[in-house]
Amino acid sequence: MMDKRSLLKHEAVKFIPFALLILALPMAFREGYLLNVFVFVGIHTLLAVALNLLLGYAGQISLGQAAFFGLGAYGSGILTATHGLNPWLAMVLVAAAVGVLAFLIGFPILKLKGHYLAMATLGFGIIVYIVFNEAVDVTGGPSGLSGIPNLAVGGITFDSDFKNYYLIWGITLLTILLSLNLVNSRIGRGLRAIHDSEVAARVMGVNVRLLKVQIFALSAVISSVAGSLYAYTMTFVSPTSFGFNFSVELVTMVIIGGLGSIYGSFLGAALLTLLPEFLRAFQDYDIVVYGFLLIFMTMYMPGGLVRGIPALVGRIAERIGIRKKVDA
Amino acid sequence: MLEVQGITQRFGGVTALEDVSFRVAEGAITGIIGPNGAGKTTLFNIVTGIYTPTGGTVHLQGKNVTRFAPERLATLGMVRTFQNIELFGKMTVLENVMVGLHTKGKSGILASSLRLPWQVAEERRMRERAFHWLEFTGITDLADTEAGNLPFGKGRLLETARAMALEPKVILMDEPAAGLNSRETLELARLIQKIRESGITVALVEHDMELVMDICDAIVVLNLGRKLAEGTPREIQENSEVISAYLGEG
Repeated sequence: MMDKRSLLKHEAVKFIPFALLILALPMAFREGYLLNVFVFVGIHTLLAVALNLLLGYAGQISLGQAAFFGLGAYGSGILTATHGLNPWLAMVLVAAAVGVLAFLIGFPILKLKGHYLAMATLGFGIIVYIVFNEAVDVTGGPSGLSGIPNLAVGGITFDSDFKNYYLIWGITLLTILLSLNLVNSRIGRGLRAIHDSEVAARVMGVNVRLLKVQIFALSAVISSVAGSLYAYTMTFVSPTSFGFNFSVELVTMVIIGGLGSIYGSFLGAALLTLLPEFLRAFQDYDIVVYGFLLIFMTMYMPGGLVRGIPALVGRIAERIGIRKKVDA
Repeated sequence: MLEVQGITQRFGGVTALEDVSFRVAEGAITGIIGPNGAGKTTLFNIVTGIYTPTGGTVHLQGKNVTRFAPERLATLGMVRTFQNIELFGKMTVLENVMVGLHTKGKSGILASSLRLPWQVAEERRMRERAFHWLEFTGITDLADTEAGNLPFGKGRLLETARAMALEPKVILMDEPAAGLNSRETLELARLIQKIRESGITVALVEHDMELVMDICDAIVVLNLGRKLAEGTPREIQENSEVISAYLGEG
């Protein structure tokens, strides 16, 4: 039987090695091209964790996550590049504003279920994308917004991949830790209860409507922070990064990694960020390989990598006789 | 404890319930019976806030709770179980019961993410409390089992434990014996009596006549959406209208 303390240890046993591994990674390829890719793995992990709280735990789809990401990026970009605000302050202000916005649109939108919710969030994503493109005076339109400063703290300016790696992964690891706490709490149980049986959750006194909206807003806030970090890292933003395709890619990351698993979000984000880099050799056919992988994953690893890999290892070990078959 | 007055429910042109009134006495076990299609489950769904009735009122301890949402009724001390058990299938047995304790806690997103000391203490209390209800229903050994993997009978016990965790004033059970074998039904009867002995009012919809006659203090009979009779098990057994409704002579 697992009591509170052993559950905590259980999480620490996974989190500490994971964090150490992430923090040691740049030693392997200091300033290389891959380091730059891993900066993006960090941003994508942040976004995938945010979406997973909503999709994997509460079971509510959002096809508009790229919009919150974009609002964070543009919000911070505009406040700093155009209005000269302190980047940290801009990041916090924008995240708060995005949180309020998500809270307000969450109330009507999250009354919808399934495909209707998907359509509503998709619509929101498209509207925001159009605004990025058309509000040329504010956003720079299709040609983008440049001159965004790097973040700085004390005497350190985060202007290299090496520095950005630690900045972004610091925030991502912290978010992972807080998310792990959250999903193993009263709130986390409430979210999973909504996922499994909304009517039973309500009968148990869970304020389903409010909790859905709260987690939607939290997810938007985390995505907004990821957007701000993206803007400060790239120092340039343009609408194409925040379109419908990217929302779908985020959903794919969460599903491939594993719904309802925080570490799964990292695996999904890592795979979908690294894969295109390795698929460059296929040139225009990379999308075919990508599609094939998606089909394969959903057919043979519906629980995502985080559950599929251990199961696969177990089966192989069993086949070659390392481990005896364990009855379920 | 619970007073249902003039409940009418129409779905389009179909009248599922017509002017149904009855009382559930405090501390008693009240059975609601009737042939298939009598409107028993509809009545339960109205009382527990899942459906909004076309007409009529529901009072809980003198308070008008008609049209109250289930989550609000939960905080007022009303809880229910479902005919086809509605468990949180991907959560463990212990976690299921801890969801039943949701209203007993107050930690929100911030306190939970930061694992504030009082939130950790609250979690510990919830866990201990959940084990209490697992013991009450005799499923402590299944605490770490995923609820979706439970055999039906155990699932029924878990659903009862989860409902009890709310420490309700009244518990409504929709066909608790459905899908149970005779030994499990006997265990369930003892559990329901134990719930009543702990001071909780019980109302149940049930098909198993033996169970109903055995444990209920009062019985309400529904037929074709109307109340046909009301009384003690003995009175109901001797009621000629009830007998003919059940034999299909009505």
